[in-house]
Amino acid sequence: MPELIKVGMADYKVGRAPAILISYGLGSCIGISLYDPQTKIGGLLHIMLPDSSKSRSSENRNKFADTGVADMLDEMIKMGAVKSRILAKLAGGSQMFAFANATELMRVGFRNAAAAKEVLSRLSIPVVGEDTGGNYGRTVQIDLSDGVYKVKTIDKGDKEI
Amino acid sequence: MSDDIASLSPAQKDVLKEIGNVGAGNSATALSQIINRRIDMDVPRVSIVPLSEVPELVGGPDNMVVGVFLRVYGKAPSNILFLMPKESAFYLVDMLMGKRTGDTKNLDFMDESALMEIGNILSGAYLNALYSFTNISLLPSIPALAMDMAGAILSVVLVQLGQMGDHALVIETEFKTDDDGIRGHFFLVPDSGSLEIILSAVGVE
Repeated sequence: MPELIKVGMADYKVGRAPAILISYGLGSCIGISLYDPQTKIGGLLHIMLPDSSKSRSSENRNKFADTGVADMLDEMIKMGAVKSRILAKLAGGSQMFAFANATELMRVGFRNAAAAKEVLSRLSIPVVGEDTGGNYGRTVQIDLSDGVYKVKTIDKGDKEI
Repeated sequence: MSDDIASLSPAQKDVLKEIGNVGAGNSATALSQIINRRIDMDVPRVSIVPLSEVPELVGGPDNMVVGVFLRVYGKAPSNILFLMPKESAFYLVDMLMGKRTGDTKNLDFMDESALMEIGNILSGAYLNALYSFTNISLLPSIPALAMDMAGAILSVVLVQLGQMGDHALVIETEFKTDDDGIRGHFFLVPDSGSLEIILSAVGVE
């Protein structure tokens, strides 16, 4: 059995094949994976919010798309991953409760997805798989032996991206 | 203090516990009257937990639950979340809709509406108690319901807190019916800043 590494909310984990990185129960949060197919080094980041610009310096950087991706990428490069080969996949960003007068905060899932893609494009990392939006939770995992990113849901089926 | 809720004094914790106790007591009485069953509740837990650990309070982030969410408006804006395991929610629907136990296998529109109304009544009872302590009048929004993974549902509340800090103050009470058929968790999660207002209203700043 490959090692199963859990990634909590506002956290990231990096590893090498044959490990599997998994994050349970994402709602408006996003699970962003980065993977270098040659060295089979990868990481999974579970962000809650789009950007850190309104944050205080003492805060957990892994909560935000921008700082979280930057830190995870650095750590992967230190382990031997090569930036130009890294591919990204992401899933999550749903809106769990539908309110008639949805505030900006309620639409945070949508904003998270947009921010994640913008951060990745700024770093020139291609997004090769995406499953975002909807109104349901997701459990996501990436298998570092082949880079397959699995998305599980309660009643919307499972998929690989 | 809104910056660092990790430093509540024992007196402050006691006050919040007492608010939780009376609030949840009111709610439990209301629920008991509706379904005509005895409801037991435990002593509320007041905990300050890192955001990432909140889902563990309800059995882990991928545990299947039904959640009724209400936004609370007023001088101390907060969120209320009433979470039940799926089986408890079905059992409660059986009771509310006059069905035989075990009849409910999924939630239709009417069932959801009934559970949202329960959320509404429980929240009203809870906020009344909060008012009697603090004189702060708080109004709940219309309820919203979701059946999904606990982590996904909780994230709605946690994201709002996450904008300000890394910890959540959770006043949590567990309910259960005497036959153990229904178990629920009632969460009051004050916005950062609201906690100060509540504590100062009861004189334990």
